[in-house]
Amino acid sequence: MNYATATIQTSGQIALPAWRSRVLFVLLLAGLATLLVRAVYLQGINDGFLQQKGDARYGRIVEIHAHRGMITDRHGEPLAVSTPVESVWASPGDVEVSSSQIAQLAQIVGLSAAEVKSKLTDTSRGFVYLKRQLPPDQAAKVVKLAIPGISLQREYRRYYPGGEVTSHLIGFTDVDDNGQEGIELALQAQLGGKAGSQQVIKDRRGFIVEDVASVRAPKAGSNIALSIDSKIQSLAFREIKLAVEKHKAKAGSIVVLDAKTGEVLALANWPSYNSNIRAKPNVSVLRNHAVTDQFEPGSTMKPFTVATALEAGTVKPGTVINTANGTFTINGRTIHDTHPERSLTVAQVIQKSSNVGTAKIALGLPPVTLWHGLSESGFGALSGSEFPGEAPGMLRDYRKWRPIEQATMSYGNGISVNLLQLARAYTVFANSGELKPVTMLRQETPAAGIKVFSDSTAQSLRDMMEAVVRPGGTAPLAQITGYRVAGKTGTAHKLENGKYVDRYVASFVGMAPASNPRLIVAVMVNDPGGREYYGGLVAAPVFSNVMGASLRLLGVPNDAPLDNVMLPSAADLIGEEV
Amino acid sequence: MARLNVLLLILVIACALGVVTSQHKARKLFVELQKEKDRAQQMDVEWGQLQLEQGTLAMPARVEKLASRELQMQLPPPGKIRYIRSETGAVVQP
Repeated sequence: MNYATATIQTSGQIALPAWRSRVLFVLLLAGLATLLVRAVYLQGINDGFLQQKGDARYGRIVEIHAHRGMITDRHGEPLAVSTPVESVWASPGDVEVSSSQIAQLAQIVGLSAAEVKSKLTDTSRGFVYLKRQLPPDQAAKVVKLAIPGISLQREYRRYYPGGEVTSHLIGFTDVDDNGQEGIELALQAQLGGKAGSQQVIKDRRGFIVEDVASVRAPKAGSNIALSIDSKIQSLAFREIKLAVEKHKAKAGSIVVLDAKTGEVLALANWPSYNSNIRAKPNVSVLRNHAVTDQFEPGSTMKPFTVATALEAGTVKPGTVINTANGTFTINGRTIHDTHPERSLTVAQVIQKSSNVGTAKIALGLPPVTLWHGLSESGFGALSGSEFPGEAPGMLRDYRKWRPIEQATMSYGNGISVNLLQLARAYTVFANSGELKPVTMLRQETPAAGIKVFSDSTAQSLRDMMEAVVRPGGTAPLAQITGYRVAGKTGTAHKLENGKYVDRYVASFVGMAPASNPRLIVAVMVNDPGGREYYGGLVAAPVFSNVMGASLRLLGVPNDAPLDNVMLPSAADLIGEEV
Repeated sequence: MARLNVLLLILVIACALGVVTSQHKARKLFVELQKEKDRAQQMDVEWGQLQLEQGTLAMPARVEKLASRELQMQLPPPGKIRYIRSETGAVVQP
């Protein structure tokens, strides 16, 4: 058929050449074919582009936040909790704001009006934070202002109910919720969640109408129960703080261990800081002295020397040592006792903390034996707490010891430890010779220890250390009503630039009830500035207060009558050898 | 033949309408679900905040301060504590 020709013929007005209609027909057909080919190409062969454009109109990838795990104490009390806060951000290009609104906004976010204005007018940036991590009630006020171009973004912030009491232990996280210090850093892998993402379809009002696919499932961080007991922690913190302030000391630390399991029940330092406040004080306050600082332990080392000698069979508790009126010269250097005695038994050497006696006992041993005894007790190695930045302490190679070094090391000079390590070492005396691993995490079953000394050696040392707290010993102030106590004082000169100076580290490590030790408490007071600096006067009272209250808190049965505390007259007080 | 075609056409239209309605219903339900999920999350957040608040209010240091200042309570001296042994030999918590 040829409609074109027919129409023209019936109108009878103009006769057009027949090829024109044919050309037109072919052109139309060609156009149609092109469209058809193009349609097939776009929807059949190369369909990705249009699909993508379509998805971009309604498909969205949304982030799914993964919660950071909570840290609790052994009874489930929260010590670190993440809760959402809002961050205020602006897209300066879209902001329409009056100057009175700027003033209101500035007040809410705590910036000056000029600062807010400069942030909002800097159109070179598409995204600018006005204030990160605003509490929900403040954020609600920002919403009320209803300024176009200003929005909220949900973020999570960590809160620490314990504040300064637990700050060194727990540490803190940064603004992006990553652990920076303490347990938060050590257990980042378990605590930190992995954010997931999800592909969804959103409608015009921003509601999600369909889940398309899960791109990555979110993985929430796990909750962690520490071995800490928050009541004992708070007690320990209060006492160490009082002691540091009373004795005008530079710093103080305290560690409470469960003697049976090696779990850390409390670990506190003063000075401390509040981990809820973002602006952090200087580095020295941030330091967890109990773990990251090493110090020369002084006389708290002596029980290990004596135990090694008992174990080697070179002495017995009753063996009399010639303490030569308190002076002893080796390699041209003289060791002094501040309370010179002609002779002392091994037990009295511990009770009176005689340097000469301990040195003589140590020199009766081959270096390798002494080194072995100390090394097995955990000196010179990390305590296994996995606390970040733990100082390993120092125990030098016995092949390089000179006799004078062996002698001074026996009473804790020329060797260094951290307080946690020292407390852990005392588990050998509390557990019939077994060294327990320390842990910050709650244990369901007690971990197995390593046998270092025999049962009878541990028992003899406990007996000797019980004499330390009785009148005639160096620490009668460590006594506790109703419980038998075994412990050892330490007072060491501080090393400054390689020289010993007349400033001290006072310490006390002890266990109770001595008949079957349940807790070990180690106290260290660094550089007491008052007139008292002996471990028995500065650190022992802290021990007594914390240990006594903790035992009562845990309901540990008494193993002594209630009138057991015997304080000597002031004249009979025995000072530490330093 | 033509009658069959008309029938099929009507069927197809009915099915198409059915798909549209059920899709709409599904979306509506999904929005409901999403709202409930949001509510669950909101409650989770609130739970965390309440826990935090409880933790802060129950801090031993604060409880001790309140007990001694406002209630005039004090620790009994060790001599006044009596331990009661149960028949099994275990100590009853004081």
